[in-house]
Amino acid sequence: MAEFDIPELKEYPIVPHIKPGAMEHSKPFVAKPEFQEPLGYPGELVDNWQQVAIEKLGELKGKYRSLQVFLDACVKCGACTDKCHYYLGTADPKNMPVARQDLLRKVYRRYYTFAGKYFPKLVGAVDLTREVLDDWYAYYHQCSQCRRCSVYCPYGIDTAEISMAAREIMDSIGLGQKYCNEIIGKVFKIGNNLGLPEPALADTLEGLEEEVYEDTGVKVRYPLDEEGAEILLVTPSADFFAEPHVDGLIGYGKVFHEAGVSWTLSSYASEAANFGMFIGSYENMRRVALRIREAAIKLGVKRIVFGECGHAWRVAYSFLNTLAGPFDFLDPNYPVPQHICEFTYDLIQQGRLKFDKSENDHMVLTFHDSCNVARASRMGNFPGGQFVIPREIIKATCNHFYDMDDWGIKEATFCCGGGGGLLTDDLMEIRIKGALPRMEALKDVVENYGVTHMAAICAICKSQFTKVLPYYGFTMDQIVSVHQLVSNAIILTRGKDEPGDEADTAEAA
Amino acid sequence: MTFLTVVYALLFYVATGVLLFGLGYKIRLYWKTPQPLKIPTTPAPVTTGGVVLRMLKEVTVFASLFKGNKWTWLFGWTFHAALLVVLLRHLRYFQEPVWEWVRLIQPFGKYAAFAMLGGLVGLWARRFLVDRVRYISAPSDHLMLALLLGIGISGASMTFVAHADIVSLKAFFLGLMRFDWQPLPADPLLLIHLLLVATLMIVFPFSKLLHAPGVFFSPTRNQVDNPRERRHIAPWAEELERKERQQAAAG
Repeated sequence: MAEFDIPELKEYPIVPHIKPGAMEHSKPFVAKPEFQEPLGYPGELVDNWQQVAIEKLGELKGKYRSLQVFLDACVKCGACTDKCHYYLGTADPKNMPVARQDLLRKVYRRYYTFAGKYFPKLVGAVDLTREVLDDWYAYYHQCSQCRRCSVYCPYGIDTAEISMAAREIMDSIGLGQKYCNEIIGKVFKIGNNLGLPEPALADTLEGLEEEVYEDTGVKVRYPLDEEGAEILLVTPSADFFAEPHVDGLIGYGKVFHEAGVSWTLSSYASEAANFGMFIGSYENMRRVALRIREAAIKLGVKRIVFGECGHAWRVAYSFLNTLAGPFDFLDPNYPVPQHICEFTYDLIQQGRLKFDKSENDHMVLTFHDSCNVARASRMGNFPGGQFVIPREIIKATCNHFYDMDDWGIKEATFCCGGGGGLLTDDLMEIRIKGALPRMEALKDVVENYGVTHMAAICAICKSQFTKVLPYYGFTMDQIVSVHQLVSNAIILTRGKDEPGDEADTAEAA
Repeated sequence: MTFLTVVYALLFYVATGVLLFGLGYKIRLYWKTPQPLKIPTTPAPVTTGGVVLRMLKEVTVFASLFKGNKWTWLFGWTFHAALLVVLLRHLRYFQEPVWEWVRLIQPFGKYAAFAMLGGLVGLWARRFLVDRVRYISAPSDHLMLALLLGIGISGASMTFVAHADIVSLKAFFLGLMRFDWQPLPADPLLLIHLLLVATLMIVFPFSKLLHAPGVFFSPTRNQVDNPRERRHIAPWAEELERKERQQAAAG
């Protein structure tokens, strides 16, 4: 099945002893010039790359307080060393958050600090050599920017900020990652990560309408590019066809149907994901985000709602107002943007959705908190709403729900192993090994509570689990969308021309 | 005026200058560097008052470290808390008359030295015993602990083993502060203690001791979680937008 050993599942994550160099070989494909240039980066490694990289580091630390403070403040206390899922899964010491940061910090010290300039050996400062650059490329692509380390750091040092900066530096010297940069190019050119053009989208959505009508006898709409709709739904493009993502999209449509609001998708902004964040590029992230603003203006919507996607929700909740705001042309009575879970939860609170929970009785559920939702954004109007709201939706739609152990949920949640731009086949080993702690938490509830399925609200998590669950003895269909559960249980209101079953018809008559 | 007095007097003026200007420079740098994006680690407070409370919890009880590692927290917090008491006790050498509360903490301050040393020994032991911490330790990490232990041991020795001429020492420091130099007693323990303290003051702005001001500027801890309610934008990002608008208008 694979050319490496799949880690053995223990009862809970055991902190391994260090194995230096264990993952040195893990490197993603390098972006070709055709994927670099549309993003404004040199096509290939430039001749004077050292100088450019050092200057770029200087520029970035002047633009980001996070970077400047985080490079200075670490005391090497070691509190983060056992917090990263990639360290727990690989035992490679350079996957300890502090050691990962040090790959950049030791260069910062060498060129930008008094101690590093004059006493490099004393403070562990080194020249930027090809070996250091190779380490950067390997290990900054073994960070899913999940921020778990940041929770436990006494100074809140966030390795995600460091790895984003490192990737931006590497891009700017012509050493980009193929997966992320190719995808961002597709968004600029076509409008979404998967490169689905408008006709394909229209076709897919029409197919969904037919499918839902066949299943339920109710004409639920999945509109595209409808001007004047009240809500613009921006969702990860995986929702258009991947399993179990699409079952979530079906669910959003049913919720909108029951809410009685008009909504639309946009073929121009047909992507919630924003890989500009993964590569630490403000400019590229902004360019992707502006498409949403333009689509909202063009379609004349009053609200923007985001579908289930982890990092997309971070960019949407935390950054969208900054990158593409102000959104003063939208209805001020609603937060901009809203998460589909907030939308559904509000309706549940108002008693406007009816569910037949028994439709989900074939499943015993648990919930995987996606890292970017858990630690980098929020839902609702109170701290921690991002933990409460999805769980309340699951409980409203399912009879059987059990949380995993505290060490692996909410702010302590473990990444799926595929976030942060690592969801590519050329990084399969690190993805599988990085999933270890989550798989251990899952195994525990499977054995103790008979859990059969894990629900998630992130496209990357869903794709990643579909792929890695089988390596650990689970099946790929054990990962489900939260709005798939909603879709299963929701009782749809029938229109006059919708036949339904006999009882309903009789009632209607 | 002995040669020793002159050397130490100059040393402490230099050390104080380096500490104040060095820290001032860094704090100014942190203050001036914009944070372009909202990145508080959630669940984060949604009000400024909440952020103040979060920061207080970080700097008084080391809340995040407590979540992270209980041993490091125990040793780290013990060291810092004891150091604070010890430092406050030392205020008496820089004031005349001595404040009442400084008098009151005097006995605690004396024994806090042991807690401080215990914390340091624990922290240093981790650098040898835990393979992960050993891996991330640079020579400077060991030296910093050695320096602090040296300060603690030499200081505690003067309190509990061989008393120094503390009255003359006080006169020396009050003299420094009033630019009216007084002789420094030539006690070897005292001279070592003062030399190490001056070294620490000089090293402070160039070392990881910057975690002290740094924590207050850490965006993951000091930002209010309200990005949807208030638009957050850095000056350089505004500039970027302005240029784009100009280009759009021209093109």
